[in-house]
Amino acid sequence: MTVNFFLQNLINALQWGSFYALIALGYSMVYSILMLFNFAHGDIFMVGAYIGLGVSIGLLSLFGTGAAAVLPGWVLLVMTLLISMFLTAFVGIIVERVGYRPLREAPRASAAITGLMIGIILETSNILFLGGSRLKFPQLIESTTYNIGGVFVTNKKIMIVLVSIGLMLALHQFISRTRWGMAMRAMAYDYVVVPLVGVPMNTIAAMTFAIGSALAAAAGILFGLAYPVLDPYMGVSFGWKAFVAAILGGRGSIMGACIAGFMLGFIEIMTVPAIQIVNRLFSLNIGSNLRDLIAYSIVLLILIFRPHGLFGQAYSAKLRL
Amino acid sequence: MRKLSIGLVFSLVAVMAFTFAAVDAGAADTVKLGFNIPLTGDNPDVGASSKNAAEMYLKKHPTVDVGGKSYALKFVFDDNEYKAESAVKVSTKLITEEGVLGIIGPQSSSQAVPAGEVANNYATPMISPWSTNPNTTLDRPYVFRGCFLDPFQGPVAADFATDELGAKKAAVLYDIAADYPKGLAEFFKEAFEGIHGPGSVVAFESFTTGDKDFSAQMTNIMMSGADVLFTPQYYSEVPLIVRAAKEMGWTKPILGSDSWGGGDLMGLCGDDCKGYYFSTHYAAAGAKGDTKAFIDEYTAAYGKTPDDVAALTWDSLGLMVQAIKDTGKLSGDIKADRTKVKDALASIKNYPGITGAMTFTADGDPKKCAVVVKINDEGKFEFFKSVCPK
Repeated sequence: MTVNFFLQNLINALQWGSFYALIALGYSMVYSILMLFNFAHGDIFMVGAYIGLGVSIGLLSLFGTGAAAVLPGWVLLVMTLLISMFLTAFVGIIVERVGYRPLREAPRASAAITGLMIGIILETSNILFLGGSRLKFPQLIESTTYNIGGVFVTNKKIMIVLVSIGLMLALHQFISRTRWGMAMRAMAYDYVVVPLVGVPMNTIAAMTFAIGSALAAAAGILFGLAYPVLDPYMGVSFGWKAFVAAILGGRGSIMGACIAGFMLGFIEIMTVPAIQIVNRLFSLNIGSNLRDLIAYSIVLLILIFRPHGLFGQAYSAKLRL
Repeated sequence: MRKLSIGLVFSLVAVMAFTFAAVDAGAADTVKLGFNIPLTGDNPDVGASSKNAAEMYLKKHPTVDVGGKSYALKFVFDDNEYKAESAVKVSTKLITEEGVLGIIGPQSSSQAVPAGEVANNYATPMISPWSTNPNTTLDRPYVFRGCFLDPFQGPVAADFATDELGAKKAAVLYDIAADYPKGLAEFFKEAFEGIHGPGSVVAFESFTTGDKDFSAQMTNIMMSGADVLFTPQYYSEVPLIVRAAKEMGWTKPILGSDSWGGGDLMGLCGDDCKGYYFSTHYAAAGAKGDTKAFIDEYTAAYGKTPDDVAALTWDSLGLMVQAIKDTGKLSGDIKADRTKVKDALASIKNYPGITGAMTFTADGDPKKCAVVVKINDEGKFEFFKSVCPK
């Protein structure tokens, strides 16, 4: 019973943390290259989810559903993921070109608020084009629940965690093995000097936004499969929390962002059973709605003891990718 | 220049005064009713349903006979944008500028509570068709409503869970940051523990508005060994809650409240919600008599099944018109007539509405039955049981 209870929450936390980790990566990468946070990133996650919605509806109408299906659901899912990541990457590139490149020499504060404004523009244009009512994300694959000794796992949960970890490993390989990845690392090392030796600043910046946005789109689609109701403001609080994960991981640290994302999910989910246990032990009546209050107080405590995050470096321009 | 502008202002005022005078003069043989409804904003569906029902009513009953004299009915639709402050403005405008005899709306409690204050202060009868919060009519003799209240709906759900679902232990999952779910969750808990003893609500789990992940709360609920889950949430959250429950291996019944019926629940939830129950004002599927006639007519006119907002608006309008007839004679003095209509409303007995027979209590709340519907395999809300106040 208690072991099951713990394992069940652990599985829930893994799924919840995958979303934070995928989105936190986008914050961290942009920070390490440009030394600023893209506050529109949460809304790019939202745009990615809506693009995924459009693409999957399109694919379903092309290849049929149910008995008339030409292709199995998981093929459609892979296609949706790839097409939407590709399209959302362009959204990221446009955001960088319109919102960030013209302001690269501007004061930091101006560059910081562009993200907020772009975020609002993305939310309101969604309302303008789609009317603001909530939409259901099509379930491309059948949901199956497995009961493993009292612990309930669905095929989607397993898939979401595996795809997220796969994408993180792929990103790691890209950054550490390819020439482009090396250019990104060099830029993260020093974004003033490195362009002088011939690394194209604009290309690298655009590429960083593209990769970050593609990962956010993947997170959006996986999110749609797990929580199938989409609304235009879904990226706001979620984006802020992923931003917390990025900081908690250490600014600009890729590995830190991933680990902190999972950690944040773990803290959030585990707070609920912890509240229940405390209630039982001391016969109190604390509601599970205090989850975020307690969870983020814990995060604050961690930051007090590790002000540079889990993997951040103190007083250094050297940011690791 | 200055003289000119003063002159301009005076002539404008004169024109406006003349226009109002003209309006009042023309109002001799008409009865004007105002609608304070959300035509834009967060919940335009609610406003559209209200307006549809009202326009259908007007087409069917263009006049009202009071004491042998025929008056033309005239409706004024005004948009409260689903905001409390706009609802207050709209009611003030309807009463002071349009000179309406009575007001239908606002629909939701968040607007009906403040707008009810205005109507009561100006001594104008108001019926909110859909507001279930007790404060809307509390200590306001001029304010009435067309639906039952949350303190009644809570016990309805508790009785239903006990009698029909055989539940001995219940779990509740609700949004603590919204008035309606919070109030209803507490009424349910009180009623259920009244039947089964303290502690029979084995899990009382909450979240806050905007949360998407309920897996942790559902894990607690699963481990609590509850027989039924009660979740008085809105159509945007229900699909996520139902999904989380299924993913945690929940196979027992889930019970909801009238908020399930508003909005596009089935469009968002799909197959996941089939087989579950909720208490509401009326059931469109399997309706009979006048209710069926209303549904057929509405469906023919607007191409969709009327939701509970449309049905309750229809009934509230019917109540208001009945009260106007019951006054016996309209004096033409709008203030005196408003009070007469209020008195007539308060004394209506067993009004045969399409959502059930209605008699107002001293507070202006109708005594009427609730309906429990089951979401059937076709995704329709099917009549399951009628539960009347004891």
